[in-house]
Amino acid sequence: MDLGVTLGLLVATFTASFVEFVEALTIVLAMGATRSWRSALSGVAAAVAALAAFTLAAGYALTTWLPEALLQLVVGSLLLVFGLQWLRKAILRSSGLLATHDEEAAFASQTAAAAAADSGTRLGLDWFSFVVSFKGVFLEGVEVVFIVITFGLNAGNVPVAAVGAAVAGVAVIALGAAAHRPLARVPENTLKYGVGLMLASFGTFWSVEGLGIVRGGGQSLHWPGGTVAILGLLAAWLLLSRGLVRALPRLRGGRASAPQVPEEASP
Amino acid sequence: MSLLRGFARFWYDFVIGDDWKIAAAVATVLLAGAVLVAAATLPDRAVAALLGAGLLSAFTLVLAIDVRRR
Repeated sequence: MDLGVTLGLLVATFTASFVEFVEALTIVLAMGATRSWRSALSGVAAAVAALAAFTLAAGYALTTWLPEALLQLVVGSLLLVFGLQWLRKAILRSSGLLATHDEEAAFASQTAAAAAADSGTRLGLDWFSFVVSFKGVFLEGVEVVFIVITFGLNAGNVPVAAVGAAVAGVAVIALGAAAHRPLARVPENTLKYGVGLMLASFGTFWSVEGLGIVRGGGQSLHWPGGTVAILGLLAAWLLLSRGLVRALPRLRGGRASAPQVPEEASP
Repeated sequence: MSLLRGFARFWYDFVIGDDWKIAAAVATVLLAGAVLVAAATLPDRAVAALLGAGLLSAFTLVLAIDVRRR
């Protein structure tokens, strides 16, 4: 595998995982600070164990049952749809048509919900704190696992993808431990824009390559220039997204007159 | 039942997300690509370039529809 792909793999998994870990940290901090650190951290430990089992099962199933071209098609298509969702949101936010994600506001809303919830105890743990921390870490973690598995398998280098995610996890935990508050200064929307571009580019490349499965022999399709085409795709998605940031407000009658739509349910 | 519904909801939100049209557009372009590849009338590189352009165009169309409806 060439250096460019390895570096792209590392940067993509680090950045995508960093964003997800920041969101999980906000939830855990809110539960720990307002209810019970012990229960919140137990929720984190349970989620990490569940994620490890999920990763093993998904990784084994994908590598064992799918031939290479089909793996590229399935995983590339998922990555593409996933990346375009991020890119869509980033474009709408950059063009002022959607409110930006605010980690301080998310923290305030989580702490308010935690303070208002009933205090029920199960297995010696504050159950609300445990369940919310578990769900938050598991759901954000599944996204990280998905990105690591898809990028790692398709690039033929799961260890590099896993290292990118692990370094991001350690960095977020260290920053969170030092700050004792949500990492609101992280340029989350910009990071998501970058990740959306990378996921869309790699997803386009692999999903199209994987279409070779429909011809006799099932050999992957070839892009002009081989893996260098990923850079061309990155440039194309970047140019298109910048154009859309400028053009979309005009479609809606101008940025100034267009009311911002509140942030959508998913981050 | 609610557990099953919750599981299905999670995967729908995870894969399809806020705008189902994106997944539909990607599926449509890739399906057209599969037909092109199966027909074997064009060289690989031409099919790949065409499909890349098709995905960019489909995404633009989906976002334009989305913004007009907001």
